[in-house]
Amino acid sequence: MRIKLEKRSVPSTFMLIATPIASVLLTMLIGVIVFDAIGIDGQRAVVDIFLTPILASYKWQDVAVKAAPLIIIALGLSIGNRAQIWNIGAEGQYVLGALFAAGVGIAAGPTGGPFTLILMILAGIVGGAAWAAIPAFLKTRWDVNEILTSLMLTYVSFQVLGFLVGGPWKDPNGRNFPATAPLPESLTLPILFQGTTVHLGVAIALILPFVFWVLMSKSVFGFQIRVVGSAPHAARHGGFDAKQTIWMALLIGGGMAGLAGALEFTGSLKAINLGFPSGYGFSAIIVAFLGRLNPIGCLIAGFVLAVTYVGGQVAQTTVHIPNSTAGIFQAMMLFFILASDILIRYRVRFIPKKTANSTEAHI
Amino acid sequence: MQTPPRLDLSGITKRFPGVLANDQVSFAVQPGEIHALLGENGAGKSTLVKMIYGIMQPDAGEIRWNGARITIANPKAARKLGIGMVFQHFSLFEAMTVLENIALGMDAKIPARDLEAKILSVMQQYGLKLEPHRIVSTLSVGERQRIEIVRALLLNPNLLIMDEPTSVLTPQEVEQLFVVLRQLAKEGCSILYISHKLHEIKALCDAATILRGGKLVDTCDPAKETSRSMAEKMIGGSLKDIQRGEGRALGSAKLAVQGLSIPKDGPFGIALKDISFSVKAGEIFGIAGVAGNGQNALLLALSGETPSQNPDAIQIDGSKIAALTAKQRRLAGMASVPEERNGHAAVPDFSLSDNAILTARDRMGMVSGGMVNARSARTYAGEVIAAFSVKATGPAAMADSLSGGNLQKFIMGREIMQKPQVLVVSQPTWGVDAGAAAAIHQALVDLAATGSAIVVISQDLDELLSLCDTLAVINEGHLSKPMPVAGANIEEIGLLMGGVHGDPNAPTHISSEVAHAY
Repeated sequence: MRIKLEKRSVPSTFMLIATPIASVLLTMLIGVIVFDAIGIDGQRAVVDIFLTPILASYKWQDVAVKAAPLIIIALGLSIGNRAQIWNIGAEGQYVLGALFAAGVGIAAGPTGGPFTLILMILAGIVGGAAWAAIPAFLKTRWDVNEILTSLMLTYVSFQVLGFLVGGPWKDPNGRNFPATAPLPESLTLPILFQGTTVHLGVAIALILPFVFWVLMSKSVFGFQIRVVGSAPHAARHGGFDAKQTIWMALLIGGGMAGLAGALEFTGSLKAINLGFPSGYGFSAIIVAFLGRLNPIGCLIAGFVLAVTYVGGQVAQTTVHIPNSTAGIFQAMMLFFILASDILIRYRVRFIPKKTANSTEAHI
Repeated sequence: MQTPPRLDLSGITKRFPGVLANDQVSFAVQPGEIHALLGENGAGKSTLVKMIYGIMQPDAGEIRWNGARITIANPKAARKLGIGMVFQHFSLFEAMTVLENIALGMDAKIPARDLEAKILSVMQQYGLKLEPHRIVSTLSVGERQRIEIVRALLLNPNLLIMDEPTSVLTPQEVEQLFVVLRQLAKEGCSILYISHKLHEIKALCDAATILRGGKLVDTCDPAKETSRSMAEKMIGGSLKDIQRGEGRALGSAKLAVQGLSIPKDGPFGIALKDISFSVKAGEIFGIAGVAGNGQNALLLALSGETPSQNPDAIQIDGSKIAALTAKQRRLAGMASVPEERNGHAAVPDFSLSDNAILTARDRMGMVSGGMVNARSARTYAGEVIAAFSVKATGPAAMADSLSGGNLQKFIMGREIMQKPQVLVVSQPTWGVDAGAAAAIHQALVDLAATGSAIVVISQDLDELLSLCDTLAVINEGHLSKPMPVAGANIEEIGLLMGGVHGDPNAPTHISSEVAHAY
């Protein structure tokens, strides 16, 4: 029997939706097998990582707060990825967004109100976009690969962060720890439900996917992004400027990452220390692909990834596995989703032995 | 006892999901016969040939080779039997030499020196001229084809399959190819010759098998048929002539190109050198030439996809447009259709409706406030589908679900129905069947009749001669002086295509060189 891939006449909508679900299920299955094999209670670990955060209501707020930055960053990245522009430096843009917001907050002093808060968030968008503008400039001017520049700038951003929080912005009352002073109450995002940690950023993360959906499916800009990604020559023929597309894709990606950074800073952490970069910018790449580069898909996938983050912490205490185990599960999900992509455009056919033929002609 | 046919197909059937590509096809090729395989696009010619060359297996039916029933498992097995094939699209590495390219295609490992000796002896036998140590990127298309032919001849084939071999050759090169093919046939090699150029088939072939919709329509003697009768068998209906309005007069110059020069893009690109011509309202202006002489660069320069340094180089109705972007030129009334359908003129994985947005959005009012009006795009795509009889399930059909000819009709319709002042098209009927080609030609003539200026870039000289009012030839980025088609001399056009630029002494020199090139 031979296995053959056959091109479908139309891409399969069923597979488009089924493969991400199958990827999550396969990740859970492989997780059980691998953990059992190395002597850890695999079933317990997988249940804790994937199900406890959903079933235990006291974990919901954690999931929501972690999902927000993932969704917002993934929305921006999915636009770039649609246009085949690979910004993998969202983590750095996220850091710069938070730093710009902090800068505005520090400049305004402790007397700032809602107006300052809005200004801080806008500054976050500008900061992330400015950081992404560097790869955009290098790419459009000298055709420098944006994958390398955006990634390397992430490490530069960590140094900028270290310099600021360890130097000019260090909290004078912080016992010499490298961290900014905590934000005053008036400059933090409002909490949506009293007694929880769910802040306004979560609401923004729930609304933005629909805005992006309209942008991508109804606007000329969304059309441009889709054409450039699908057929660059046709885009040029249709009068779309390739350089402008690169600029827009990177600026939006950076701007969204910056927004996420500003929201995380003003909504959750309230101070910036060396631990501020927590990998959201990288995990959002998984969210974008798990969500099929579709804004609504990103919304759902953001929650799935957030579950594994929260679940990883649960499993840490229950089955004593390292917190980074969640990273392994996230990587497995990305692996399966990329591997199963082919099923959307191709179908697998099993061909019985009969027609398999010898290599020589027999006369 | 009578010798059995070299190749005998009976009841060959091949089914793909949703299509019956070949339905009970039976015909025979005799030893030393030049046998034409004719049919529209999608008639099943390629599928049939792929089964003969072992790339695919038939679902039913049998293949007999010199009387014995055989299974051809793969191309290697086919070559072992003595079946050679020259594909329409060459598989050559541009950066390697002729010898290296041939060595790569050989099944058996032969020392380079022995191979070179064999190549030289084959070339001498058939009068093919090739320098084994030349780099392929420096060769003309005709010379590249010779590499493929030599590669096939090294196998001492008993059956040579040629897929549309003349579509990239000048008239002189075609004649020389025919000399080689006739010599091969005289020596007993059978040739299966796939083409849609009916006068060539009449000139060359001993028999012709016509396919339509996967079924065999007729096997006939081309000498006893007319080009028209064969074409009508191919399309299964009567062929329409181009209808031209009586007593049409050309208007004033609409498109003027003056001193257009574009540097080449990349090591294998062609630079445009000081191109000048003008096209009047109502005029169809043809640009002939062998593929790869700057046609693509010229189309991109006119459409605005390649910016021009000289803002005065292109004018429409006296207004300078050379500094405008592709989008601005569209709004100024210039539409274009590039040669490559998939990924250039259209996005394969977009719907027809989305493909309408691609180039018609601004002229046809599909955009307001940065948002696309999907309804008007659907309506426009639907109108194009109806007006140009595009076979598609509707505006929501994906572009790559259409056959090449139908997609081409859609693309041509999409531009023509925008009523552009100037339309530039490259290879408007490339790979399109006779029926669709006639419809496209008629639409171009009708558009010209409304006062638009039309530029047709084509390698198909017959197409240009029947369609155009004026003709110029492009060669290595130079454009010849335009000449009226009414008084055009095929011989002269052929020489221009081969690279002679109005030098009175050159023609004899060139033709003798080309003559001994083959």
